[in-house]
Amino acid sequence: MTDAHSNSATGNEVLASAMAEPLRAPASFKRKMFYITMGIALIAFPHVFDSPFPHHVMIIIFMYALMAQSWNILAGFCGQISLGHAAFFGIGAYSTGYLFFAYQISPWIGMLIGVVLSMLMAIAIGIPTFRLRGHYFAIATLLIGEGVQIVFQRWELVGAASGIFLPIVREQPLLSFQFHGTKLPYYYIILAFLALACVVVWRLDRSRIGFYFRAIRDEPEAASSLGVNVTLYKSFAFMISAGLMSMAGAFYCQYVLVIDPETVFPLSLSILVVLMAVMGGAGTLWGPIIGAAVLVPISELTRIYFGGTGGTLDLMIYGALIVLICIFKPEGLIGAVKMRHADALEEKCDSGDARG
Amino acid sequence: MLEVEGLSKRFGGLLANNDISFEVDAGRILGVIGPNGAGKSTLFDLITGYQLPDAGDVRFGGRRLRGLRPDQINRLGVGRTFQKLKPFTDMTVEENVMVGVMQHTPRLGAARKLALEALDFVGLLEKRRHHAQALSTGQRKRLELARAMATRPQLLLMDEVTGGVDQRTLPGLIRLVERLKSEGMTLVIIEHNMQVLMSLADDILALHLGRKIAQGAPQEIQSNQQVIESYLGGAYA
Repeated sequence: MTDAHSNSATGNEVLASAMAEPLRAPASFKRKMFYITMGIALIAFPHVFDSPFPHHVMIIIFMYALMAQSWNILAGFCGQISLGHAAFFGIGAYSTGYLFFAYQISPWIGMLIGVVLSMLMAIAIGIPTFRLRGHYFAIATLLIGEGVQIVFQRWELVGAASGIFLPIVREQPLLSFQFHGTKLPYYYIILAFLALACVVVWRLDRSRIGFYFRAIRDEPEAASSLGVNVTLYKSFAFMISAGLMSMAGAFYCQYVLVIDPETVFPLSLSILVVLMAVMGGAGTLWGPIIGAAVLVPISELTRIYFGGTGGTLDLMIYGALIVLICIFKPEGLIGAVKMRHADALEEKCDSGDARG
Repeated sequence: MLEVEGLSKRFGGLLANNDISFEVDAGRILGVIGPNGAGKSTLFDLITGYQLPDAGDVRFGGRRLRGLRPDQINRLGVGRTFQKLKPFTDMTVEENVMVGVMQHTPRLGAARKLALEALDFVGLLEKRRHHAQALSTGQRKRLELARAMATRPQLLLMDEVTGGVDQRTLPGLIRLVERLKSEGMTLVIIEHNMQVLMSLADDILALHLGRKIAQGAPQEIQSNQQVIESYLGGAYA
């Protein structure tokens, strides 16, 4: 089509047929089967590989995938880079752990309280920083993340630097969120949490809110010229993100039953979450999951072969991987998968005008 | 419809807008001219809430706009495009326009239909599934226009209708603006091409170094000595 055209560039028929197209190509049969098979495989996995180690590795993968997905909502979709997400992880862990330790409040309720606290904190950080342009938000989250850790290191009420040892409870395991002698319940609980996060992302991506998030990420000024309240939607993304991150912290607390500021508030956790989401593919549903599935086993294996915390060998491997991905797949590991998907879409589309 | 009263804005030592006042009646096109740095884009930013004026006020349909956010001003019925085009590069053309539609029509399916109508209006329907990044400058201008129109404004501020597009693309863009006017849209347009402006504008506002130096019918402005000296220069006269 040239730019020199008269009134409507095309006849009504063309417009009508364009309107009849779906917004996105519907999931193919193969794709649906893939999801169903994967769901069944994940549910069956702990029974097929019935020993603690594979269960543990999968649990940790799911937990990190949940964290990476939570970061992805804020940064991948809405474009706001947080470098202090560990703060929400820690708040979730401490709310759950402390309320159970001090008042015997069910960890499930503690978790909800943690989620609410994290969301409130997200609003408190977001409102002043989201008004500023540029890197202020990233810097603010970095400093707040560090600040929160220092507070918890000094806070006697919650055990200061030595943290909290949760009392072991063997009655009513489901209510007290403690399972001894088996990791199976933990496996399914964290799988459900991750599934929840993925459903949230999936729904967002197909809603006005998701459109607004992407518009804000691409061109915030243009978004506001179209009636989008940028600060409001950024804060909303931050709230959802903080809430999900906090759920991961609550889970961690119940999984290890010992928490201290060094393990639940470290900067390295904030960075690792960023790494996983970015390596897998930020701004996509599957990216954070792929990232966690690749990076967690590396860390767990180096720990087995080299002992302790893996002698930081895992971090060196991460570094090398980041460099490789920057060079070969800057859009993340999911880039390889997505390309093939885009090709398939092009074949399907009658108009031949595929996305991408 | 739009009343601008004594708008001033200072950036450090520079008076970007100095006591600018004018009015635009419903259904009219006001052209804004001035050499680079005259304060044209700043004026748009002040009206649409991207900058807070140091002094002065803007009224739209009797409502004060001063102090409102850009999104609030848009929802009151003021659309704008940007001189430096800002397409959502990671979205397709139709998704870009859907963002504008969604303040009235949040559901995706219905929003897409309205977006396609807007794309048909600007002649980009065939590009609907392309990424915005793949468009030419002329097409991007059309996209920005479709997006702004999708918010259903009563007043549209267009920053450079034809800037940066080739000669072949010009007539189509001009016809688009004419069609907008014939449908009753009120427009304020920044435009460097005097020929274009002569045919489109009912009224012209000339700015120079942040000040309003003249306002009047295109023919008057064309022969205004001050305008010729500051802007049109010897070459045009």
